[in-house]
Amino acid sequence: MARISFTAHLRKIAPAGATQVQAPTLGRALSEIFARAPKLKGYVVDEQDRLRRHVVIFVNGMRLAPVGWADVALHDDDDVYVMQALSGG
Amino acid sequence: MSLRLAIGSRKGLLLYTAEGDDWRYDGVSFRATPVTMMLRDPRDGCLYVALEHGHFGPKLHRSDDDGATWREIATPAFAKSDEADAPAVKQIWALEAAGADQPGVIWAGTMPAAMFRSHDKGESWQLNDAFWALPERTQWFGGGNDAAVIHSVSIHPENSAKVALAISCGGVWQTADGGASWQNTSKGLWAAYMPPEKREDPNVQDPHRLVRCTADPDRLYVQHHNAVFGSADGGQQWQTLSEAFGFAVAAHPQDPLTAWFVPAEKDEFRLPRDEDFCITKTDDGGKTFRRITKGLPPKPAFDLVLRHALDVDRTGRRLAFGSTTGNLWISSDAGEGWKLLSGHLPPVYCVRMLE
Repeated sequence: MARISFTAHLRKIAPAGATQVQAPTLGRALSEIFARAPKLKGYVVDEQDRLRRHVVIFVNGMRLAPVGWADVALHDDDDVYVMQALSGG
Repeated sequence: MSLRLAIGSRKGLLLYTAEGDDWRYDGVSFRATPVTMMLRDPRDGCLYVALEHGHFGPKLHRSDDDGATWREIATPAFAKSDEADAPAVKQIWALEAAGADQPGVIWAGTMPAAMFRSHDKGESWQLNDAFWALPERTQWFGGGNDAAVIHSVSIHPENSAKVALAISCGGVWQTADGGASWQNTSKGLWAAYMPPEKREDPNVQDPHRLVRCTADPDRLYVQHHNAVFGSADGGQQWQTLSEAFGFAVAAHPQDPLTAWFVPAEKDEFRLPRDEDFCITKTDDGGKTFRRITKGLPPKPAFDLVLRHALDVDRTGRRLAFGSTTGNLWISSDAGEGWKLLSGHLPPVYCVRMLE
């Protein structure tokens, strides 16, 4: 199973720590987590399921492009991090 | 309940409570999160706050206990579509409660320019399809934002089916049938920033803020990008009252001839003219404007007051406004004199008297 972790800024609405998910793609894996934590979805993607502009996803240390990320295949022991881009002041 | 003052800032929602002519600071909610709009529904006392998380998009929260606790409610959103350029709500910039004839109904204006209506205190939202389908939409454009935005929604105090709204940039629009049909009511507005042949085009007008006199609902004021306009006939015809740039305007709730403005220097500057800050006030319906500086800072002052950052209470006696440089001023004599309440706030986006 893949392990999915979220930025600490989402700690109030995201699962605590790494969540183990068995799913063929990243999009399917996140859908499973969103089903368990419905509020979380709107923080990560907009209503068109587009990744929010300042959210970034890493899989095993590789940053994914903002388009096509949902189709990225997941494998056992993959480490996924859903993070926020640093911005603002 | 006591009169309270809400400050929506870049770093959270600050609340104050009136103590005589002064205000007591009660604390900050949504610490460090930008607050783009605030509403107290006078029908049931519920508070609504619109957040713009930046990273995580716009969100709405409601408090049923006067701000002691908050709960995230539904965010206005477009229907899911497979089109590549399908719209998504980027910001909630207007929140208004309907009247006693429509309990629970709240309207939200957004960027991109769309109207959403909730019939259940924000637990769910419906896009107003008639407004979204307007063919004129293609002529609207963003004024300082990525897309055209609805920033002002004014519901007729005696008939909730009559709603006026203002778009930057897309003019003033109104419905008389609860949103089933909409008409552009921008006759008399003019745009100095357009080619001559487009100057009076109703769909390119940039009203920065639209407000209404509660006691005389046909009396409207608009602070536009290049002028101040007034209407005495519900917006069917607008008159140019001055050629001042600015964002904020507040209408006296009982005296239709009185309104307050915060002028600035257009439009590549967006700061007080000659760094000399003032409020202007008319008490003759815009025939004349008085420049008020009592209690306001001497030169140099770079304070800019954004469109939602000025408000007046129901009596027309107490006012408050905040600036992008984090200053917050109050008045208890109808804006004739001002007092600095704080000079150390985050940039102020929204000021609301909670009554």
